Parts: sequence; structure tokens; C-alpha cells
Amino acid sequence: MGMLELRNVDKVYGSRGKPPVHAVRALDMDVPSGEIVALLGSSGCGKTSTLRMIAGFEEVTSGSIALGRRQIHRLPPAQRKVAMAFEGYSLYPPLTVRENIAFALKAQQLPRSEVTRRVDAIARLVEIDDILDSYPRAISGGQQQRVSLARALVRDADLYLLDEPMGQLEPQLRAVLRGRIKGLLAERGMTAIFVTHDQAEASALADRIAVMEDGILQQFASEKDLKNHPANLFVASFIGEPPMNLLQAEVARNDGGFGLSVGPDLVFQIRGDTLDKAAQKELEGSARLTVGIRPQKVAVGSGDVRLRVVSNQWLGDQSHIAGECAGKLLIAVTPQRIAARPDDVVPFAMESRHLHIFAGDGTCIHHAEAA
Amino acid sequence: MDHSGLLGRIFRGVALTLVLVFFMFPIVWILMMSFQTNEQILRIPPRLLFEPTLANYEALISGQLRTAAGNLEISFMRNLFNSFVLSSAAVVLALLLGVPAAYAFARFKFRLGETIAFTLLSFRFAPPLLVLLPLSLYYQQLGLNDTYFGIVWVYQLIALPLILWIVRGYFEDISPDIEHAYRLAGHSWREAFTRIAVPLAGPGIAAAALLSFIFCWNNFVFALILASADKQPVTVGALAFVTASGIQYGQIAAAIVLSVLPTLLLALYAQRYLVEGLSLGAVKG
Repeated sequence: MGMLELRNVDKVYGSRGKPPVHAVRALDMDVPSGEIVALLGSSGCGKTSTLRMIAGFEEVTSGSIALGRRQIHRLPPAQRKVAMAFEGYSLYPPLTVRENIAFALKAQQLPRSEVTRRVDAIARLVEIDDILDSYPRAISGGQQQRVSLARALVRDADLYLLDEPMGQLEPQLRAVLRGRIKGLLAERGMTAIFVTHDQAEASALADRIAVMEDGILQQFASEKDLKNHPANLFVASFIGEPPMNLLQAEVARNDGGFGLSVGPDLVFQIRGDTLDKAAQKELEGSARLTVGIRPQKVAVGSGDVRLRVVSNQWLGDQSHIAGECAGKLLIAVTPQRIAARPDDVVPFAMESRHLHIFAGDGTCIHHAEAA
Repeated sequence: MDHSGLLGRIFRGVALTLVLVFFMFPIVWILMMSFQTNEQILRIPPRLLFEPTLANYEALISGQLRTAAGNLEISFMRNLFNSFVLSSAAVVLALLLGVPAAYAFARFKFRLGETIAFTLLSFRFAPPLLVLLPLSLYYQQLGLNDTYFGIVWVYQLIALPLILWIVRGYFEDISPDIEHAYRLAGHSWREAFTRIAVPLAGPGIAAAALLSFIFCWNNFVFALILASADKQPVTVGALAFVTASGIQYGQIAAAIVLSVLPTLLLALYAQRYLVEGLSLGAVKG
């Protein structure tokens, strides 16, 4: 077991006649032993490149990777003590499911009874024990994905890399497996990194989530921290469903502190003493900046501002209302069922304490009060 | 589709027969000729019923060609043997060189990679006569004229590009992640190549090998210029049947039957791989 340290890792893909693609930039990441980490981001954000550099299928352009105090970024994949489940499953077609899962164990020259025992155990865990004697061609995509997952988890490795480990599974099975896999990883103290673009999966399985975009690690924190203390505009708009409302606001200095005006009827008053020094300085120095508020914090039904409804959906347990106010589109989420049709006008309120404030470069300089 | 109509079935039978006759007729005719004497063959009108004779095969196997002008020594069996040696050696060598090269072209992007691959392919569309004259001069200088080694080397020009380009496609169809998974399980790059990539591309490699064997076997012009009598393959050896006293049609037919036989047997044996190889390249998830 070991902790993983990525230091200033860069990956540039060069190809003749085309500008080089900077897939990963100056990535620093520490994953302590036994932690489960999710790499979350849209496609092309560099998360899979990061995983492949750790596994050894891509060379690092610069920087270093250490696993349990061993520098591994120059080692061949076989010597890195890393197990991986591939997005495309990559099962070996001439071997049965059982043989596929067992081949890494056989390479370790474990006794036959031990191999059988471990393969059976992991197969039960991911519910493929009934297809152990089938060939990869004969089983469904979801089953192949579970075989691929089992083939990685059955090994003894210092680090487990899982690339979209459950993308092909049915929602019910996914929920069950998440729990079981989390249990297995925790019980055996396994360190794992998995790539996903599904926030729910990241929240359910991971201890911490690394949000990546444009090859840059935007924030590496727990799910709660990402929600309550987004580091920048990208994280704020990426995390949360539906996304945070982001509004341009004019800044005006006044007696109590600052007035942030989004529209004529929509002015937030921020008390100066609630801001730290840096935030105050930033506010004093800017005429316009961006404020954000979670849709859950937009209270519909009371208040002195009017919202013209654009759409109203009842999702069974909450209403999603999109509305227009001062030329801006706002999303509100409430647990009540609101009877409003498009073009109706409803009152709503937003409180200053629920505001996130972002500087011109996108950095979050002031967070809302934690819920 | 509904083919159950009587008319439809009859039409289908007729069409199939026509196609079969069209394709099989020359082969059947040659097979029949090979069991006839020259006089029987040249009879006008030709007859479908005749008394078969094994004289042609006898002459070929014993190496004695009896013509009106007397007995003639021919070395047909030797030629057949040469064809076999030259073609198999060329294919084996091309496999040893071409399969790793195909793998490299499929898996790694390197400087001039596409240029090299294309240059190798371009050997296939240059007319052989273009290179033949300079080649024979070089060969005389190097002492490679009339050696098995020299001819096998030239046969590479035929076999290598075929193998390289066909096998490359198969490697490209195999997900590199299968090899990655194998390497992560504690195996070296070389093991992943020999134990995973090559077996998975097996049908493609077999198809490419067979195809290039046939191309080598059918080659005429390189061997004609670069080899003398005792190294010549059947394609060149067949010229011996054009004798001073006429063309020995019966023996030519028998020679064709014998020379087609090895490739035919090989193709029949490898048919399974060939069909699989040419239709089912991909290993899809």
C-alpha cells in the first residue's frame, strides 16, 4: 500500500503538422493510502490521460509520479504495482471470464486453490458468478464491464485505477455495486482513483473528488467542500444539479459595505464585516463581478422581487422553476409543488448570505454561509 | 426473401450452374487435358469422352519428356521443389520481418512512419521490369545471381508489403488496452506482443501469409532473369514444354495441375482462417 504523489505533471501530445495539445498542466495531487478519489470532469479534460500516465501507458512530458515512495513514472507498467479497469473493458477474447479474471493472479504464481477462491469471491461481489465459464463475446456489455472491474479488483496492487467503472450498468445494479465496491476498498484499505463524469457516482464512491478542466486540476476536495466552497467559477457551475445561478453584478460602495446590483429591483447588500480583507480589497477594486447562488437557495413564493416563469417542472420530489428577472435567467429548486404556468409572475427572494462572489479571474473570493 | 416459387427455384439453379460452369470450366478442361495425349488434345472437334492416360504425369515425375523429336530431359519436380522452397522461405522471412513491423506501424507514431510504410507498399505498384535490369546487374556484382538467397530476397519485395499492410490493419483493430491490461498484470512489452497481439491477429496473419505465398508462387519474371535452370520455379520451368517439335499440351496441363495443387491444398486448409481473417478482423467489446 502506498500513497500516490503527482508532482507538477505535464502531458503534451505532439503530432506532426498540428499544434501540440496540452492535455494535463502542472498537476499536483497527493492521495494518501487508503483513500478513494474520483477524477471528475467533462470529456477531454485530461482525466483519462492522468490515469494512463499513472498506469504507464502514456509517458509524462515532465514532472514525477511516486507511489509508496517509489518513483514510478519511468518504470514499465508491469513493475508499477497498479491494477486498472479499462473503459473499453479490454477482455482477452480467447479466455473465459474466469481465466480473464485470473490471469494476473496466475502471473503472480499463486497456488491454484487461492486463485479459485479469490476469483469466486470477487465474481460474487460484482454478480458475475453465473457467467464465469462464458467467453467475453457471449456476454453483455454490462457484464463485460463487471468482468473488467473484477479483473482489476482481484489483484494485490498498491493502487487501483478504474476508468468509468460503472458506465454501462443499469442504475439499480450500479447503486448496489457502488456500495459493495466502496465496502471492499475500505475493508482492505485499498487506494483507488476512478474516472467518471457522473457526479452522483463520484459523491457516492469517493472520499475526495478532483475536478479537472482543460488539463488543470480546479479543485481537489470532499463533495461537501466542492458544494459549499467552490474554488472558482468552473467548479461552482460544474458541481451541483441543477448548476449554480451565476449573475453579473455592478459593485457600489455604500455605508454598510457593498451593494451588488444584478438588476434594478435586485440588489444584494453585503456587510463589510462579513468579508475578509482580500475579498474587501477585490470588491473595492472592481466595478463588475460575478455572483452565484445555488438554485436551492432561491426561495419562491414569498419575497419582494418578481420572477416571470419560463418553465416549471415537478420532478416528484421537487420543483424546478426557470424564470426571468431583470433580463437574467434564474433557476430555483423548491421541495414544494408550485402552481405556476409559463408567463405567470411569482414573487421570490434571495438572501445575501447565500451568495458566492467571484473575482474577475473566476476565483471565488467569498463563499456563502454553509448550509 | 421468398424463394419458394417453383420458377424462382429453377431460375436459381440455372443461374448457379451457369456461374459454376463459367468459373470451373477452364480448370476442368485442364484437368481433362492432363489425362490426354497430345494427339487426343489436338483432335478436331475435341471430344468429351476419351481414354485417360497417366503418361503426362509419368513423364513429369520421371523427368523424361518424350516428343516426336526424341527424349528430352526436364526437371519439373525440381522446379516444383524450388517453387516450394523459394515461396515458403520468402513468406517465413517476410513474416519474421513484417509482423513486428506491422505492429510498430499500428501501435506507435514515429517520424517518417507513414512514409516508410507507404514506400514499402509502393514496391507493389512499381512494374517488376523496372527494377529487374539494375537488380540483375547488382546481383551479378554481388554474386547473388542464381542463389536461393538472392531470389528469396527479391521475393521479399512481393511478400513483405502485403503482409505488412494486411497485418497492420488487424493490429489496429485490436484494442491496445487488451495488451495494456496484460502488461499491468506483470508482463513485459515483448510478452504482450507474442502472447496477446500475435495470437489475436492470428487469422489476419494466416490470411496475409497465404496470400503472399500465392503471389510468390505465381511470380515469373524475377525468377526468369535471376535464376538458372536448377534454381528455377515451376512458372519458369513450364517454358521447357515449348519444344522444338511443338508444344506439349498434355504435359503442360499436368504440370499446371501439379503446380496448382500445393497452393490449393494450403488454401483449403487455411480457408477457415481466411474467411474469419478477411471478414472478422475486429475484436469489439
